[in-house]
Amino acid sequence: MRVPSEEPEPTMNPIAAKQPTDMKNFSKLSRAFLLKLELRSHPTLLCVIRGALEPLMETLGFSDENNRAIIRAVDEAVSNIMRHSYHGRMDQPIELYCNRLRRRADGKIEKGVEFLLFDCGPAVDPTKIPARPLDEIRPGGLGLHIIRRSMDSVEYKRAGRLNRLRLVKYARPSKGGYESAEEKPS
Amino acid sequence: MKISARRVEKATILDVTGNIDMSNSPEVRKALLREIREKGVTRVILNLTAVGYIDSSGVASLVEGLKASRDLGSRFVLFGLNDSAREVLKISRLLKLFEVYDDETQAIQAA
Repeated sequence: MRVPSEEPEPTMNPIAAKQPTDMKNFSKLSRAFLLKLELRSHPTLLCVIRGALEPLMETLGFSDENNRAIIRAVDEAVSNIMRHSYHGRMDQPIELYCNRLRRRADGKIEKGVEFLLFDCGPAVDPTKIPARPLDEIRPGGLGLHIIRRSMDSVEYKRAGRLNRLRLVKYARPSKGGYESAEEKPS
Repeated sequence: MKISARRVEKATILDVTGNIDMSNSPEVRKALLREIREKGVTRVILNLTAVGYIDSSGVASLVEGLKASRDLGSRFVLFGLNDSAREVLKISRLLKLFEVYDDETQAIQAA
């Protein structure tokens, strides 16, 4: 009896297959990253990203409020890639890298997190897309505004033939004080 | 995500379960506009108690529902928003535009 053959797996790293030179650099970077996700531009995968980020941000000690802000921003950024960069095509590659950051602020170490998002779409600088005026009551045009309001830094860069979006969020002391035991003042 | 409709007194309550994002927000929009425009329901209440997350496309669907209800002179009321849903509406400066209640009893009384 013949066993039906399975469909071949798609290319493991679609962006790398398309952009080998750029990806050499990214793969060097990826060794330092906490999390790397490769996914297709299918909207049903948005919940997978949120599902991966929520426990990771909890592990890093972000408050619930910051955790929600980070998830909201990354989700909106990936949605924007699907909508604006790939125009709704659902089979295009997206890569997401997450890294831990630290900075000194007011003599204290402040922890943060950085996300790098790569896609192969045409050059679209999301930071230059005009968000709609918020006093207009009409649907749409809110995604970028939500990203900007949720993160500390939003930067776009054209990296070779890829779009690179960098999102950064630093933890803030929660209402109850510091967010993790290790940063509580003695 | 699932949406079901039930009639309570003179209002229709739409119970939404799951997360609302780009993959399914058109279903929310469709359900709202069906009740408001096609069926001509004058009091539509959206139950978001079992919704964990709403993205900007979900917010856009709510705005469409609100606009449709205003155009037709009907009421569109929300209840059961969690912190995430409340925050995204607040960031979008839309929270004050909606009638938002804590629970179903309040929403029915208001509608």
